[in-house]
Amino acid sequence: MLGVVRQKMLGQSLPKIRPVVSVLRSYSSAAKQMTVRDSLNSALDEEMSADPKVFLMGEEVGEYQGAYKISKGLLEKYGPERVRDTPITEAGFAGIGVGAAYYGLKPVVEFMTFNFSMQAIDHIINSAAKSNYMSAGQMSVPIVFRGPNGAAAGVGAQHSQCYAAWYASCPGLKVLTPYSSEDARGLLKAAIRDPDPVVFLENELLYGESFPVSDEVLDSSFCLPIGKAKIERVGRDVTITAFSRMVGHALKAAEILEKDGIDAEVINLRSIRPLDRSTINASVRKTNRLVTVEEGFPQHGVGAEICASVVEESFAYLDAPVERIAGADIPMPYAANLERLAVPQVEDIVRAAKRACYRSVPLAAAA
Amino acid sequence: MSTAFSAANFSTQSFPLNHTSTTTHDSPLVFAKPTSQFLRSTPKLRLSSFSKLNLSRRSGTVVAVSDVVKQKKSKSTPTLLITKEEGLELYEDMVLGRAFEDMCAQMYYRGKMFGFVHLYNGQEAVSTGFIKLLKQQDSVVSTYRDHVHALSKGVPARAVMSELFGKTTGCCRGQGGSMHMFSREHNLLGGFAFIGEGIPIATGAAFTSKYKREVLKEADCDHVTLAFFGDGTCNNGQFFECLNMASLWKLPIVFVVENNLWAIGMSHLRATSDPQIYKKGPAFGMPGIHVDGMDVLKVREVAKEAIGRARRGEGPTLVECETYRFRGHSLADPDELRDPAEKAHYAARDPITALKKYLTENNLASESELKAIDKKIDEVVEDAVEFADESPVPPRSQLLENVFADPKGFGIGSDGRYRCEDPKFTQGTAHV
Repeated sequence: MLGVVRQKMLGQSLPKIRPVVSVLRSYSSAAKQMTVRDSLNSALDEEMSADPKVFLMGEEVGEYQGAYKISKGLLEKYGPERVRDTPITEAGFAGIGVGAAYYGLKPVVEFMTFNFSMQAIDHIINSAAKSNYMSAGQMSVPIVFRGPNGAAAGVGAQHSQCYAAWYASCPGLKVLTPYSSEDARGLLKAAIRDPDPVVFLENELLYGESFPVSDEVLDSSFCLPIGKAKIERVGRDVTITAFSRMVGHALKAAEILEKDGIDAEVINLRSIRPLDRSTINASVRKTNRLVTVEEGFPQHGVGAEICASVVEESFAYLDAPVERIAGADIPMPYAANLERLAVPQVEDIVRAAKRACYRSVPLAAAA
Repeated sequence: MSTAFSAANFSTQSFPLNHTSTTTHDSPLVFAKPTSQFLRSTPKLRLSSFSKLNLSRRSGTVVAVSDVVKQKKSKSTPTLLITKEEGLELYEDMVLGRAFEDMCAQMYYRGKMFGFVHLYNGQEAVSTGFIKLLKQQDSVVSTYRDHVHALSKGVPARAVMSELFGKTTGCCRGQGGSMHMFSREHNLLGGFAFIGEGIPIATGAAFTSKYKREVLKEADCDHVTLAFFGDGTCNNGQFFECLNMASLWKLPIVFVVENNLWAIGMSHLRATSDPQIYKKGPAFGMPGIHVDGMDVLKVREVAKEAIGRARRGEGPTLVECETYRFRGHSLADPDELRDPAEKAHYAARDPITALKKYLTENNLASESELKAIDKKIDEVVEDAVEFADESPVPPRSQLLENVFADPKGFGIGSDGRYRCEDPKFTQGTAHV
């Protein structure tokens, strides 16, 4: 790890090495590591203590300490009135959340996974997203719908869908997809403080991953802006956009591409609606090649929207067709090897980036 | 009257134990004389429901209502259910609802109103009977048949008419329309097109009332929420989910079923395994009451108790009002499936005529006073139409407004600043 860092420092100008140097600096000063689970828990804890109108509602959030332990300890701290265990009634409690939000409370509604949000999708779209518009600003809905999204490990077709594209196509919603602990803390705090409905898509496989966090991130007033993407790794040759778990894959792919002399720029989208088109386009205008990565189904997905945006705004800057990496166009299979084929892997991103750079690559992966 | 409604008896007893009148044994139905014929429309359907009601006389409290009314009427010096002011207020509200809806039909056929318009003619007793007992801070949640709920709750007729015409002076600036009436000032929470959608919203508003009292310690917060919905909704999952949660958490809400026997062209009896909706209340631990929805005074009595229960913190109530809509489901509905005999039967029990009769017979008001109210309401409705006609349509700049309370949701533009900060954004010329 340190060897790679030293190589980088030799050949490049100062702004580009800043992200790498900061990693180096944080390691040398033993920065705190925090799991995504702890960062979500601390964000909820701080927001609930700051504002008594914030309350958490969902299945198993209270006595079970959260289906994925995200709300651990909150029941003891805030009591059963503010950390509500609900019956298995997604439509009912999502609607109750919207009704409470009409009156100024700030519900955080947890779906055990976003697949279950389909039982409540009428309330997310028709009453939460559209109310402010239908009532001409009289009824705003400061609600957060959060929960794990996308594929986990071996959970089958009905528990593995990614809903980013579905919710992001609906006006009136804000859709956030954190990757690291910093993202999770900052974006959840921003979502809870936001006066509009926010769909907060986490990822179950990221819950246990640790990321370094600076003191600024640990501060209780830390907040990230909604609608701004983060450039995780600055590069020159190809832009790779990703969100949620795929950011990790993209960063690993960038390291592999590095060895082949391709310097990839990795953008962590953070916010799917509103999409940070200006950052993406600025990056494409610099690198002239684009690979979009997402876990969800390819048709009408996030990558399709990014591609359209780039074609609309930066067409003349593209030197190669846009490469779109998405989950396979099938319901998620159960068998482990098939599941691996159905979700984008690091090798897929590497191959796509090489194709965008006109290197010759084999097209298909082995099973 | 108070005996039947005391809290202890109000719950799930199958028969009124302490009721002393013998009239219950005379009528085979749950209800006493005036209401016995209305229950089911066509004769063959009536027979099957007769037998069903004989077997399961659950809502003893309703027996008490109608019997009490009967008892009161039979005394030599009857104590009336309402005072003169209350009577005139109820009359005026119902006439406003009727005149407004009739004007809506006229305007629709003249092309001033468009889209889906669902009229409330015939059901005014339910809206007036319940909503006139509420305070301003209490909430009402309705369905797409919400014009009269809005008017009863206090939204000015001008604002509702402009909204229907799609003008910017409407209560939702023309952005909601017939099916989406909202008013923050009057705590009218809509206006929902999906049936059953308003029920969880209403439950959430009741939840907030309880939360404010218990967690935020606003000790005097005793706001009650009324959720209005129809017979078709009572087969929908969200209805049952909310009955469960409202009862579980003892929320201050009243679930008011406006059972007009028809869901567009689907008869309630063809759609429901057990058509007696009030019975679904006790299954979830709350009282279920059945009341004649064509009689505003009966509705008002039941409403008083249900709203009082909620306000005292005793939990939710399910009230089934049996009523009827004189027009079709919407103005686009040819209304061919309903039996004309059924329509005639209910037209004869028009709530406005019934109240008029009650007021004049009990010398609470004279014909001329009621006529004066009729005339006044006609003028209000005409004025509303004129106002709506003369109001401007929404300007182009209104198109992108109100999508978000915090408009930064439109994202960051190429200049690095939030798009909503671009001065051209609200002129409708900014590129989004």
